[in-house]
Formats: sequence, structure tokens, C-alpha cells
Amino acid sequence: MTVITIRVYPVLLALCLALTLAGCATTSVKLPPEVPALHSVNEFSDDEYIARIDDPWEGFNRSIYKFNYNFDKYLFLPVVSGYEFLTPTFVQTGVSNFFNNIGEIRTLYNSLFQAKGEKSLTTLGRFVTNSTIGIAGLFDPATSFGMKRQNEDFGQTLGVWGAGAGPYVVLPILGPNTVRSTAGFAVDSGIRYGIVAAIDPFPNYEHIELAKTGVTTLEAVDVRHQQKFRYYESGYPFEYYMVRFLYHEKRELETLK
Amino acid sequence: MKPLRLLLIASLILMPTLCRAADDGYGYPIPGSYAATIMGTPDALKAKPPADIHVKQLVLDIFPDRAKPPIFFYDEGLRCSFAYQKQKSPLVFLIAGTGSSNRAPKLVAMMEELYKAGYHVITLPSPTHPNFIVSASLGSVPGDLPEDARDLYRAMEAAWNKVRGDIDVSDFSLAGYSLGGTQAAFVAKLDEDRKVFNFRKVLMVNPAVSLYTSVGRIEGLLAPIPGGPKKVGVFFNKMLNKFTEFYNEGNYIGFNDEFLYSVYQSQLLSQEEAGGLIALAFRINSAGMIFVSDVMTNGGYIVPKNRVLAATDPLDDYFQVGVHLSFYDYFNEYFYPYFEKKRPGLTKEALIESESLKSIEGYLKSSPKFGAITNENDFILAPGELDYLRTLFGDRTKVYPRGGHLGNLEFRDNMDYMVDFIGHFKK
Repeated sequence: MTVITIRVYPVLLALCLALTLAGCATTSVKLPPEVPALHSVNEFSDDEYIARIDDPWEGFNRSIYKFNYNFDKYLFLPVVSGYEFLTPTFVQTGVSNFFNNIGEIRTLYNSLFQAKGEKSLTTLGRFVTNSTIGIAGLFDPATSFGMKRQNEDFGQTLGVWGAGAGPYVVLPILGPNTVRSTAGFAVDSGIRYGIVAAIDPFPNYEHIELAKTGVTTLEAVDVRHQQKFRYYESGYPFEYYMVRFLYHEKRELETLK
Repeated sequence: MKPLRLLLIASLILMPTLCRAADDGYGYPIPGSYAATIMGTPDALKAKPPADIHVKQLVLDIFPDRAKPPIFFYDEGLRCSFAYQKQKSPLVFLIAGTGSSNRAPKLVAMMEELYKAGYHVITLPSPTHPNFIVSASLGSVPGDLPEDARDLYRAMEAAWNKVRGDIDVSDFSLAGYSLGGTQAAFVAKLDEDRKVFNFRKVLMVNPAVSLYTSVGRIEGLLAPIPGGPKKVGVFFNKMLNKFTEFYNEGNYIGFNDEFLYSVYQSQLLSQEEAGGLIALAFRINSAGMIFVSDVMTNGGYIVPKNRVLAATDPLDDYFQVGVHLSFYDYFNEYFYPYFEKKRPGLTKEALIESESLKSIEGYLKSSPKFGAITNENDFILAPGELDYLRTLFGDRTKVYPRGGHLGNLEFRDNMDYMVDFIGHFKK
């Protein structure tokens, strides 16, 4: 997911913005005048709000939320289902383990940036164990040895360094984020791009671009495969707010750890 | 992670035996009513899911001519799950509890258990679930048992028509939990006239006897919170801070079972707070129901009348209003006026009485097909209602000593009882 974003992401962004804006041109039909509702929010102003999170770009965010639903529905999820149908479960697990193992590098340097000794050691232990005994990360013996998978990224590092989370933002395809996590994501992507360029995993291979694209696509499919969330599936009309709230809480707690 | 988890579960299982001198032979471990309701059944004590299951998601177009409001653009029809056997088998329809979808974990657990026993199963969302209100409810005002039963029956017929060409069915049964259990009784009654299914068995799991009483009792759990029910927002944020602090002090990896058990064992929540959380969850749920119903009927209750909401319009204000409305507000200001308009002369008392098993008790007593499962400490039942269920169904009423409201539904013994009741048959 990470490498794709650097090249393809701007194109996708432009595409979905175009689609989003196209949706705004609605025709107005003559309707009977509105009548105020029996109850309005002002009545309850002496109580605190429930699960209200700073979201100045809500209109835009909700449009992207809807875009992601359509992107899932017409492209992403069909591809993921095809992948799930064609490959045996143990292959899917192996692929997930493999990419999760690569993700340990991100957790490792961010744990170090945040001076979290125990987390760094656990993550290093996991990476070494799974890369060797776990055959290049295809298996995850580290978890059964009691080393729990940690999760750190540069967004959390920024949080630990004192940067505020900033407003909530729903990114195309990637979904819920904050301004801080978006910046963190960009930095992590950049670092990863640098590492890949330095290691050069496919030396002297003539179809290098094709190979990279293949790996990137597989990773994107795996990320969606691991993520069980489906936009609007709950049917709950306030799902957007629940997702926003839960995402916010999760990030807060992760940053505190 | 595994050993720690096992240890936690082991200590949880041991605890009641240590506390209770008299072992009642029932292995569900959580004694408190609210705690059981919130925690449910520990994974280790749940029935094992089937190794392999054939499930299809059905999307039913119940009212092809219905124009759905743009805000519900994602709703493509009533969603039901359909688990099917290859050989001729009986079929069970399952109805979800208040606000729950066709894929609610408790409903799926029941589906899997019945599937293991060789049944075809079709699960339906609760008539109070947004998907049902938008796609399958004729009037879009849920909560009236006779109308809900007609809507459910129509949906069951549509589901049956969709799958009948693909499977071989020997007979039909019906089950539901909570509100879905109460509704099952009314659906069965309707079936005596319509005779499409001729249900062989009907099982009600933790049903309400009277909807007005039960919802009132849930609502009553907000009375002891600081400032009373009007301060649900303050309560919500206070609870949130409590959880956050607790989480930070311990070494947790996420909001998982392990964390939940620690919360339970540390007695982080008082009895009042646990009850308040249950009622708050109910309010959050019904806020969605009220909003969807109001939009569908253009009722002008919390959304201005004649306002057409676009797909991406902000809805947070409606959410805040919805969670602040009590069940009694809803009943007096929205539910009752709607039905009074439809049935002139209808009194509140008559409406309340019709939303109860008592309104069809003659039928329920006369039919041997019914059974009920509930708990001594299910708080949605008022004093006397447990005995009332016993007088209705006699020894077909199974009462467990604990489990709160639905907390023990997924417990192995309960699942075994459910299958025993609906019946074993030779494949």
C-alpha cells in the first residue's frame, strides 16, 4: 500500500475529487416548505455532546467516505474476493504474515524514535524470529513465543513528540485519519521508499517496475483482506460518527502507550 | 497472549464456584445480571462453530416500487443470511433482537449451532434495525407487534420464495431472541391464518412479555446516573475517561476480551454504572431507529418535515437529539400519535396492552409448539413476568439461574437446549 501511494495516489485523489464534485450538481425539485422538527439539538445544550470529535471538513470527509464505499464496491472488494477465492487460506495467512513482518521495521524505528525500549526489543525480537524461523516472515512463530505484535507509526511518534492530532480527515481508499496521522503516513512511506531503493530487492531484473507494482498490488489486496470493516454495512445511520469516534479513541490510546 | 488469556478465563470460571457454596450445576460463570449482559459468554465456554458452513447473503427487494430517500442510498434491499444443507432438512427462521442486523453475533451463533445440527437457517434483521425499516417495513414505524409480525411474515415469504428452488425443506420452525422472541410469538399466530409455513416449533429466547414494561425497565437504568437521564452526555464522557485511565495503567494491547475481563475483575464499574451503560447503548441504538423511521415517514419528529437529506449531509445534531430522547418521549410523541391516527379512538392503554404477549395469551397457552428460555436475573422482566411465562408454557419454560439479558445465549448448555427443543432428526 505504501509504495503505490507515492506514484498512483495523486492520480486516484484527483479522480475521486472529480467524482465527488460531480455528485454536487444536484437538481433542485420544488418541495413543500420545511417545518421545524418537534425536537432540536438546542434543547439539550445543558448536557455534554456524545462522541463529538473535531471535524471541520465534515462535508468533504463524508464525500470521501461515500467514495470509498463505491471504490470498495466496484473495484477493491471484488478483487479481494477473487483473491480469497483463488488462493488457499494458508497462502493468505502467509501473505499477511509476510507483509506484517515487513511492517515490523516501521514499528521498530518509530519505537526507537519514541525511546520505547521494551517495544523496540519485542519488535526486533519478532522481526528476527519471524524472518528466520518464520521463513522470511511467512509464519509468525514469535506470537506463540509470547512476543505480542506491537504497532507504531510516525503519526504516533509525532504525537509522543507533542504534535496535536489535528482535525479528522477521511482519505480516499485509506479511510479514517487525522492530519497528524496523514503526515506520519507520508513520512513512513518516504522512509520505506528510501529503504527499498537502498536495498534494491530486485537487482538486474529487467521487469523491475512490473515486479514492484505486483508486490504493491498484492500488499494492497492483503491490507483490505485483513481489514474486516465495510462502509455502511452496519446500516446504522450515524455510522460515520461512530467510526470517527472509535478511530479517534484508538489513536489517542495508542499514542498514550 | 494465549496462556494469559486462559488464566483469565480459568480464574473467571473458578471464581463463582469459590464464591458459591451451593453449586447449582450450571456452568455459566458470571453471577451479576448487568455484568453478564455486557460480557456475554467467554470464548472458551461457547459452542464450537462448524468447521465449514455454506452461507449466502440474500438481498430482498420487498417493495420494488418504494423510492428510498437519498440519505439511505446504500440500502439495496433487506439483508438476510441463508445457511443451507445439501440434503433435505428442516428450516429455521431466526429473528434478531432490538436494533440488530441479520449478522448480529448472537444470531450468527444460533445459526451456526442449528446448521451443525443439520438445519437450513434464514436469519432476519430485527424490524427495529434501519435496514428493515427502510426496506421491509410497510409503515416504517417499528414496535407494534401485530404490524411487525406482518412485515416479518412478508419478508420470510420473500426469502422463502427466493431459495425454495435451491433447497429441499421438510418443515419449518421459528426462533428469536429478546424483542425477536416476542415477535416470533406474533408471527406464529399470524401463520395459523396464513398457513404458509405451519411452524412445527417456536422458541423465544429471553423474550419481553410486555414491550412497554421491558423498554421502560431498560430506560429506568438511567435514573441512578449523576444528574439523571438528561445528563447521558456527561455520563458517557465520564465512563470514557474511566476506561481510558484504566487502559493506560495496565499493559493492554487493545480493546479485546482480555481488557474486558480486567475491567470486570477490577470492579471498575459500579452496579449503577454498568446498568447505565446498558441503557446508554440502548439509547444510542434507538437514536438510529428513531431517525430512520422519522425520515421514512417524513414525521417531523427530529428531522424537519419536508427536508430531503442528501447522501453526505451532516447528521450529528440528529444523533445528539436521538440519544437524549427517552423511550417515553418517543412513545408519547411519536409512536402513539402515529397509531392513533391510523386507528381512531385508540387509547394509550389499549396500545400498551396490545404490545404484550398477554394480548394473545389464549393462543399461546393452547399451542404446544412454543417454548421459552430465560434467566432468573433477566432485568427486562418485571416481577411476576417470569412466573407468567411459566404459566403460559409450563415445563417448556427453561429458566437458568443467571445470565442477565442474553449474556448466556452463546453458552454451550443454552445452545444444546435450543437444539434439543427445536429437535434432533436423522440426516
